[in-house]
Amino acid sequence: MVAKVYKPCIPLSAIATSSTHGEDSPYFAGWRAYDEDPYDATTNPSGVIQMGLAENQVSFDLLEKYLEEHQEVSKLVNGIGGFRENALFQDYHGLNSFRKAMASFMEEIRGGKVKFDSNRIVLTAGATAANELLSFIIANPGDALLVPTPYYPGFDRDLRWRTGVNIIPVNCNSSNKFQITKQALEEAYAKAKKADLQVKGLLMTNPSNPLGTAMTRPVLEEILNFISSKNMHLISDEIYSGSVFSSEEFISIAEILEESGYADAQRVHIVYSLSKDLGLPGFRVGAIYSYNDAVVTTARRMSSFTLVSSQTQKMLSPMLSDVNFTKNYIKTNRERLKRRYDYVVEKLRECGIECLHGNAGLFCWMNLKPLLEEATTDGELKLWETILKDLKLDISPGSSCHCTEPGWFRVCFANMSIETLDVALSRFTSFMEKRRKT
Amino acid sequence: MTRFSRASSNPSPETNPAPPRLKSDEGPAMRIIVPLQGVVQGRGGLVLGSLLPCALFYFLQLYLKSRNRPSQSPPSSPPTTLSTPDDHHASPSSPPSASGSTIHRTLSRGLLSPRSHPNVSSRAAAVARPDEDSLYYVGYKRCLRDPFHRVDNPEGIIQLGLAENRLSQDLILDWLEKNAYGALLGGDKPGELNIMGLTTYLPFDGSDNFKNAVAGFMGQVLQESVSFDPSQIVLTSGATPAMEILSFCLADPGNAFLVPSPYYPGWDRDIKWRTGVELVPVPCRSTDNFNISIPALERAYTQAKKRGLKIRAVLIANPTNPTGHVLSRDTLIDLLDFVTEKNIHLISDEVFAGSIHGESKFVSVAEVLESEGIDKTRVHIVYGLSKDLPLPGFRVGVIHSYNETVIAASAKLARFSSVSAPTQQLLTVMLSDKQFISNYLEANRQRMRRMYLLFVDALKQLGIECANSEAGFYCWADMSRYITSYSEKGEKKLWEKLLTVAKVNVTPGLSCHCIEPGWFRCCFTTLTEEDIPLVVERMKRVTQGPK
Repeated sequence: MVAKVYKPCIPLSAIATSSTHGEDSPYFAGWRAYDEDPYDATTNPSGVIQMGLAENQVSFDLLEKYLEEHQEVSKLVNGIGGFRENALFQDYHGLNSFRKAMASFMEEIRGGKVKFDSNRIVLTAGATAANELLSFIIANPGDALLVPTPYYPGFDRDLRWRTGVNIIPVNCNSSNKFQITKQALEEAYAKAKKADLQVKGLLMTNPSNPLGTAMTRPVLEEILNFISSKNMHLISDEIYSGSVFSSEEFISIAEILEESGYADAQRVHIVYSLSKDLGLPGFRVGAIYSYNDAVVTTARRMSSFTLVSSQTQKMLSPMLSDVNFTKNYIKTNRERLKRRYDYVVEKLRECGIECLHGNAGLFCWMNLKPLLEEATTDGELKLWETILKDLKLDISPGSSCHCTEPGWFRVCFANMSIETLDVALSRFTSFMEKRRKT
Repeated sequence: MTRFSRASSNPSPETNPAPPRLKSDEGPAMRIIVPLQGVVQGRGGLVLGSLLPCALFYFLQLYLKSRNRPSQSPPSSPPTTLSTPDDHHASPSSPPSASGSTIHRTLSRGLLSPRSHPNVSSRAAAVARPDEDSLYYVGYKRCLRDPFHRVDNPEGIIQLGLAENRLSQDLILDWLEKNAYGALLGGDKPGELNIMGLTTYLPFDGSDNFKNAVAGFMGQVLQESVSFDPSQIVLTSGATPAMEILSFCLADPGNAFLVPSPYYPGWDRDIKWRTGVELVPVPCRSTDNFNISIPALERAYTQAKKRGLKIRAVLIANPTNPTGHVLSRDTLIDLLDFVTEKNIHLISDEVFAGSIHGESKFVSVAEVLESEGIDKTRVHIVYGLSKDLPLPGFRVGVIHSYNETVIAASAKLARFSSVSAPTQQLLTVMLSDKQFISNYLEANRQRMRRMYLLFVDALKQLGIECANSEAGFYCWADMSRYITSYSEKGEKKLWEKLLTVAKVNVTPGLSCHCIEPGWFRCCFTTLTEEDIPLVVERMKRVTQGPK
């Protein structure tokens, strides 16, 4: 006796019926194409290879090995000890031990160059929730956030959908390797002012998604000066910080703050997550680290809508606190990502495709401008469709990321086996060969 | 064994987290600064009036800091920062500073331009503000500071304000001990580890397997009177986000829900905070046995319309909280007729559906819909695993709707509040163990029944009568004979007396929007039988003490 679904005729909210979720964009259309026809080496070798999902599977074996070797974790999972004391508690402060473990892991990633106070960590069910929470907290409906382009397509949804906040892009281009400039910041700010929008903050991703580059010290300092002069907040989304190929090349905003004696720290909030660096997106573990007491308190209360399962906290706590494990994991993960990146870039270069010189992330920023019939968004989307339909590769068009220069694409390489990656690269090679002949 | 010992964990009221801090519990510094928030944020803006106290505050902070930390003083937060340190754990320390000179720089900057730091949004300001009006949270917090422990703190506050069920947690923990490892990490072959399925992205509204398991569990709770379609449910990290997401979908900012009162205090926060949706209480009366009155709903609807307030839904809890009633089929039909006539939604929060200890059979609104042939697209159920299974920490909530658009939108919004993969995996196995669930539900029912009867009887000895409850973790007690003045003020005074003299935390009807003074919600599911005489003794300090 299962209920029939009726056609609805009763009014719903604007949020329920809006398309701000953005899932009609090519970014997501590609994912759907993959879902309908997923590649499999044996059962579907001509299927779509998913290169549009930034997931990290290169270091998964390290996690498994840890769990196998550490029976006490299994016991925790099993319920002995841990569960009996704490299983049934649930509190928006999160387990003390887990917050400490997160702080420790974040410090490890930054090579011990900064210290994090675990009391400033607010846990959320993923970085998606963390970004939305901060948007709710620092801006009112109708206000604006500045976001450098190209940016992660999900921001359009995460920062705007329920919050009613606007995004003003800070446009970057290839003339200086897409770095953020003072001029671009000022232009965006002026644009907001002209539209009568109050700019409440700047959200940057460092290392950048989709560029795959870590921000340099001068740029970070420039940004800090800018937000300070305009009296706004700064959100530094550092979810890929553990995926910078070499630890020296990543400079966290936390470092800059520490060096300047935390002068403007109360403007700054860092977002982190275990989804990328640790390859555990399913666990839904994110965090806000804020130097601003009001933001910490408010975020903590609002996190009641997005708490991390206490079971998950208990499961991960020992692993993240195990410095031997985390040191080795971070180092190995970096090396493997770098190897993959170098491999992909080299193979693409061999068939005539150039990428932006990157030093981080689970993807590369590919330059297909020479292949465009016309240097427009339409031209780019036409090329994207060709690649999806003919090459059966789902890559993300720069226009989905609000890139002002048509022809750039984000290509993920860490979410598949090396064999699948080879198949994908060979498809690029064949495509380019065919083009040369015609 | 007492249930009160809680060395390190901080339990939370209802489905949720520790409540906001109370202004009066914070230091004298905060008593000066907090009321200035409005001024400093420009709402009231007397510059001089803000500058001087800010300066005073700065000096006070400096003084306090230099007293406590002679060696190295961290930079003080600018005086216009909204909040104060977190109370349940050590306060977040200011980041360590490189040199003492930083203080002066911050200090001077602060004095020159008290507004030269970024504010939080007005939404955030509302959230950060301590709810000094909500005794529900105040009591909870006071209890946390001085929790009863049979051995370590026998004079501590006994917590009767937290609707958490410890009566049958041993059964759950036994199951976990035996099965959790295998459920989570077991591969297809013995000895093989398989966590691949746990780590990757799952659908944000829950994996198919988990949805099937939850739908099956919901059916089992209702003794198979209804079959829930997994494709009509969206899973979220707790009933709290489920309720909020549903509210976002059904109403626009400035709209309102009609809510029969008394109602669960948490809704005032969970629903109103970020959605901008108002809640209009529709009082139920003790003469009516606190039953829902359709004429009262009609009146409230008309009055709201006159005020220009658009009503989008009626929100009910079934079983009810705090009164613990099971709604009759007729009441549900009347409600459905009402919302149909007004073309609005009905939200039924059924989190306590599996926690019936009385004789009545629980009837879900889903069951009534099946048989009455009413348009289902306006009916939505909120559920969760925190009450019927004592797993609040696991964070599992449910939205069930027959409305395609609501399901589609909720499924997308669930990305902000997803259930953790290992939790989905573990619970899929547990919920599929139908025999265990059946045994658990029955054993729990019996234990609740027993405790309810003992507790109600104990209150009777004190001259306190309870409304007839059949469900939930609490009884709804009439303590009006012990209040000095039959008013809100009188009730507050009695509540305070119970907290400070009897050292018992109960939830005053005031927090639940009850219009009749003197009613209190008392939870009994965190007690053991041995605790009950102690509770009676404590309460006697008030019932038999001087007025």
